[in-house]
Amino acid sequence: MSIEWYIVLSALLFSTGAVGILIRRSPLVILLCLELMLNAGNLALVAFSRMVGNEEGQVFAVIVMVVAACEVVVGLGLIVAIFRRRLPLNVDDLRELRG
Amino acid sequence: MEEVLFFGSAIGALGGAVGVIALRNPFYSVLALIVHLFSLAALFLLLTSAFVAAAQVVVYAGAVMVLYVFVVAYVGGGGESAWEPIPGQRFLAPLLGIALFVELSVAVLSSSLLALGTDGPDVEAGFGDPAAIGTLMLEKFLLPFEASSLLLLLAAVGAIVLAHRRREANA
Repeated sequence: MSIEWYIVLSALLFSTGAVGILIRRSPLVILLCLELMLNAGNLALVAFSRMVGNEEGQVFAVIVMVVAACEVVVGLGLIVAIFRRRLPLNVDDLRELRG
Repeated sequence: MEEVLFFGSAIGALGGAVGVIALRNPFYSVLALIVHLFSLAALFLLLTSAFVAAAQVVVYAGAVMVLYVFVVAYVGGGGESAWEPIPGQRFLAPLLGIALFVELSVAVLSSSLLALGTDGPDVEAGFGDPAAIGTLMLEKFLLPFEASSLLLLLAAVGAIVLAHRRREANA
């Protein structure tokens, strides 16, 4: 399979994640969509690493995975804290920080 | 054979992604994301990156998704309100997504990267295996490696601070 196919698939997955972030209201599902977008980026990194024939892009992908894990941990901690204070789990209701 | 594997995995990855954004129950969204992650791991294997595929399955589909399932079980599903802050957002968002996809594809495919249309160069047998990635990480990328370990530590401390049950918070 030529590398183009992987890149186009990665663009498709990234757009799917972006649409999910725009149409969903629950912060849990928005975090899942962020994972989709990060993984699409990972797929592009690994595909380009294969294209140029060295492994440095794969190290990038592993670091992206670490960042994604950190983001999930902090995001889920925030969601648990929001739930504990009995606030609604809806990004449109949680708008106090809005300018 | 490679085409069959690629299109099977691609359909799995795309189906999982659409399932994440389309399913109403967050628990099913998490399960769809697990399907997506396993399909992506298969794609990584097709791109001869064994270590990234293994890390994907062990770290993501294993540890991170278990964390998600715990939080979904704790917080509970709950329906989402249909109220939209911007009128017609549900119809505008897919249009924006299609525009984003077309733009990304055009930007990449019309670039002058000649190797895009090829399968990539022939690589030796050890390409992308744990030994190669580990050597790169501990020699060339030692500083990013240490920075990411510090980031993980900070995230763990931050999660404890955020989710800690404080007495004044309950009052």
